[in-house]
Amino acid sequence: MSAAPPIPRPRRGGRLSARVSRAGAGFVTPFLVAFALVFVAPLAYSLYLSLFRTQLVGGTRFVGLDNYAAVFVDPKFWDGALRVMLFLAVQVPVMLAIALVAALAIDSGRLHGRRLFRIGLFLPYAVPGVVAAMMWGFMYSDRVGLTGSLNDLAGFELLVPYTKQWLLVSIGNIVTWEFVGYNMLILYSALKTVPAETYEAAAIDGAGQFRIVRHIKLPAVRGALVIATVFSIIGSFQLFNEPQILKGLVPNLIPTSYTPNIYAYTLSFQGNQVSYAATVAIVMGVITAGIAYLVQLRGMRRDS
Amino acid sequence: MAGYSYSRPRRSITLTVLLGFLLVYSVLPLTWLLFSITKDQPDLLGSFGLWFGEGFALFDNLGQVFTYDGGIFSRWFLNTLVYVVVGAGGATLLATAGGYGLAKYRFRGRNAVFAVVLGAIAVPGTALAVPTFLLFSQLGLTNTMWAIILPSLVSPFGLYLMWVFAAEAVPTELLEAARVDGASELRTFFTISLRLLVPGIVTVALFAIVATWNNYFLPLIMLNDPNLYPLTLGLYRWLADASGIGAAPVFHLVITGAFLTIVPIVVVFLVLQRYWQSGLSTGSVKQ
Repeated sequence: MSAAPPIPRPRRGGRLSARVSRAGAGFVTPFLVAFALVFVAPLAYSLYLSLFRTQLVGGTRFVGLDNYAAVFVDPKFWDGALRVMLFLAVQVPVMLAIALVAALAIDSGRLHGRRLFRIGLFLPYAVPGVVAAMMWGFMYSDRVGLTGSLNDLAGFELLVPYTKQWLLVSIGNIVTWEFVGYNMLILYSALKTVPAETYEAAAIDGAGQFRIVRHIKLPAVRGALVIATVFSIIGSFQLFNEPQILKGLVPNLIPTSYTPNIYAYTLSFQGNQVSYAATVAIVMGVITAGIAYLVQLRGMRRDS
Repeated sequence: MAGYSYSRPRRSITLTVLLGFLLVYSVLPLTWLLFSITKDQPDLLGSFGLWFGEGFALFDNLGQVFTYDGGIFSRWFLNTLVYVVVGAGGATLLATAGGYGLAKYRFRGRNAVFAVVLGAIAVPGTALAVPTFLLFSQLGLTNTMWAIILPSLVSPFGLYLMWVFAAEAVPTELLEAARVDGASELRTFFTISLRLLVPGIVTVALFAIVATWNNYFLPLIMLNDPNLYPLTLGLYRWLADASGIGAAPVFHLVITGAFLTIVPIVVVFLVLQRYWQSGLSTGSVKQ
C-alpha cells in the first residue's frame, strides 16, 4: 500500500477553498463518528480495563501492568499462541501456493472451461465460515460423514480427522477450502494488470512459458502476494470459528485454550475475568499487527 | 484480459485435469450438502455421503426446518435480512461518502485519517469483538439488534476500496466545473459523482453483505435471546442441541438449514460476479 493518492491543490484560495474543504471533511465525518464508537472506544476501554483486576475478595483495584506480566507467563496463553503460529507457518504457505498455481493456470489461457474454474474455485468464499465448518465437521465424522465410508473402503483407519494429532490439520483443511479461491482471485486480478505488449515483447525475444512466469508474472503478483499474506496472517491469529464449531461436534477434543481467541472468549464469558480477557486480546492484537507489519515491510523492500 | 496476441496458447488437457482436482475439492462439500438435504435422520447416518439415501426427504426437511422450534428459522432469516440491509447498507453509505471525501477533497487531518484507517484494516476483527462486548455491556447495548448493527457499520477495507475507486472514477475537472457553476458540493455529489461511483459502490456493498451475512463471532458474544439470532448463530444452536447429552436428533435440520443459509448469498455472488471481479482488481492495481 502506498501513500495517499495525490490531490490537485485547489487553484482558487480564500473562501471557496475553505467551503470546499469543509464539505470534504463533512463527507468523512459520519464514517469517523462510527469508527470512533466501534473501533477507538472499545480499544481505549479495554486498554483501561487491562490495568485493573477484579477479585471476589477486595473488589476491583488498579494493578498497573500486572495483567500483562501474567499473560506472558501464562502457559494456557502460550499453548494457544504457539498453536496458531504453527498453524500459520504451515497452512498459509500451502494455501497461497495452491492459490498461486491456480491463478497462473487460469491466466495462462491453457485451461478448458476457464470461467467454470474461476467461479467454482471462488464459490467457497461466499459460504459462511460457520456453514463451512459444519459441513466439513459432518464429513469428518464417522457416522454422518465420508470418513467412515473411506475408511471402510481402505479397510483400515486411513483418515482420523478427530484425533489430537490430526485436528489442527483438519482445521487447516477447512480454512484452506474457504479462502483458496479468494486468494486465487486477488492474485489473478494482479496478473491481469500486466499489459499484453509485455507478453508480445517477451515472445519476440523467444521467452518460453516458464521464463515468462518467472520474469514477468511472478514479479507482477508480488505486491498482491504480500497483501494476501498479511490478510492470511491476521486471519490465522484470529482463528476461532472453525475450532469453536468443531468443539460443538467433538467437545472433549478442543480445550478452552486451543487458540488465543477461544481463550479470551472463555475468560470473558465463562470465567468472568474481563480484565484478563481484555489483556489477552490486546497482547494478541499487538503481536498480530507487529508480524503483519514486518511481513509487509520485508515484502515491499524486496520490491525496490 | 489475458488474450495474448503473441500466440493463442494451446489448451492443455494435463493442466485442466490437474486443476480439475482442485475444482472437485472446492465443490466436494457442496455436493455432499446437496445429497444430504434429501435424507432423513436415519439415512444421514446410514447411507454413503455422495449419493442419495433410501428415501427422498427434501420436502419433508424443508417443511420441518420452517416449523421446528416454533418456526424460529423464519425469524432468524428475517433478522439476518435486517442486519444485512441496515448494517451492510449503512456500511456502504458511510464508506462511499468517506472514500469520496478523502479522494476528492483536501482538508486538515486527511493524512491522519489515511494512516488510522490503514492501521485499522490490520486490527483483527475478533480481537476487537471482546473489547466491543465489554464496552457495549456498559452501555446496555448487548442483547439488542444494535449490538450487531453498529459494529457492522464500519468497514475500513470498504473505505479504502472506495477511496481508490473514487480517485480514478470521478474526474476532478468535473467537480471544478460544477463549482464554477455554483453547485453545492452535496448537490454535485448526488447529481454527478454518485452515478460514476456505482461500480465501486456495488463492490463495497457486496463485501459488506458477505461479511454481515456470514457474521458469527459478534452475534455469539452479543446475543442471548434466540429471537434476535441471525441464521449462522441459530444453526449453531441447533447443532449444539443435536450433539449434546440427551440430544434432539436434528442433524437433518441443521443440514437443510445450512443449505438455505448458503443459497441467497451464492445467488447474490453469481448475479453480481462482474462487480467482485472488477472490485478485486481495483484493490490490487493500486496496492
